[in-house]
Amino acid sequence: MSKSPAMPLWEVFVRSRRGLDHKHVGSLHASDPEQALLAARDTYTRRQEGVSIWVVRSRDIHASQQDEHGEFFDPAEDKVYRHPTFYDVPDELKL
Amino acid sequence: MSEEQTTYVLRLADNALIVGQRLAEWCGHSPFLEEDIAMANVALDHIGRARMLYTHAGDLEGKGRDEDTLAFLRDEREFGNFLICELPNGDYAFTLMRQYLLDVYHELVFDALSRSQDAQLAAIASKAVKEARYHARRSGDWVLRLGDGTDESHRRIQTALNDLWGYTPEFFAADDIDRAMQTAGVGADLEALGTKWHETVERHIAAAGLQPPELDWHAEGGRQGMHTENMGRLLAEMQVLQRNYPGMQW
Repeated sequence: MSKSPAMPLWEVFVRSRRGLDHKHVGSLHASDPEQALLAARDTYTRRQEGVSIWVVRSRDIHASQQDEHGEFFDPAEDKVYRHPTFYDVPDELKL
Repeated sequence: MSEEQTTYVLRLADNALIVGQRLAEWCGHSPFLEEDIAMANVALDHIGRARMLYTHAGDLEGKGRDEDTLAFLRDEREFGNFLICELPNGDYAFTLMRQYLLDVYHELVFDALSRSQDAQLAAIASKAVKEARYHARRSGDWVLRLGDGTDESHRRIQTALNDLWGYTPEFFAADDIDRAMQTAGVGADLEALGTKWHETVERHIAAAGLQPPELDWHAEGGRQGMHTENMGRLLAEMQVLQRNYPGMQW
């Protein structure tokens, strides 16, 4: 697989059915958005996996870092009051 | 009438099978992984199309020949594919330019055949036209990309176009079978198809920055069973298993 700058990495998101969200399914190399979409179609939707595809340059995705786990996620651990468990949820309401 | 119709459908099937076989040769050899998967997809689309058309041709013929018999147990002179389908793959530019020229043809011919009086053929064509539309978008994208790319890619795709151009008049060279099928409302109007094909292809060639080639030679005869020297070797590889082990399955 080419790793040259002419073929940068793209992340692929596929919506499997109408009404659902796009989900990350993988990545691929392509030189521009059109080629990325065609390659995504051929690589990730050949078994009827989707009805819509997004491709995003991997470099445009900014991710939280593993070593920031402490300040990012740990503080939420003891904030049970943030969950809506103190309310009576009507039976008709599907969560 | 029925014999002509059988031949008409067989030729469509042969085009799909033979170019599908050529495309499948790229499997594991394409320039990068994404292309390898895409190329194999396109190859399988063609082989799937061939299967449907062979089955239909076998039904029309009514002699009990199924898709495998028609694909693997006929000889070179019985195949009616365009010569362009059987040409060796060459470089990637050659394969993609051939594909583009054929994809646009297939998009047009299956669009026309989706209104065929032959209901089964019309149903197959309605499915195939969607595939062909995607194939043309894909190969057309590559033609633009290579034509408008580096000096080297431009040189290769222009060479491919020049070398292939003489095989394209065969797409629209109607013989008695084509004329009979068009009159019966089964087949496509090749003259009208040719006009549209030239418009589409020549516009795209210009957009890719390529020079339209001179038609100073052309070759035909594939549809009448007169093939190039490449056909025998292609069939030998494709048919060897069924020839050596008739009826074998796995």
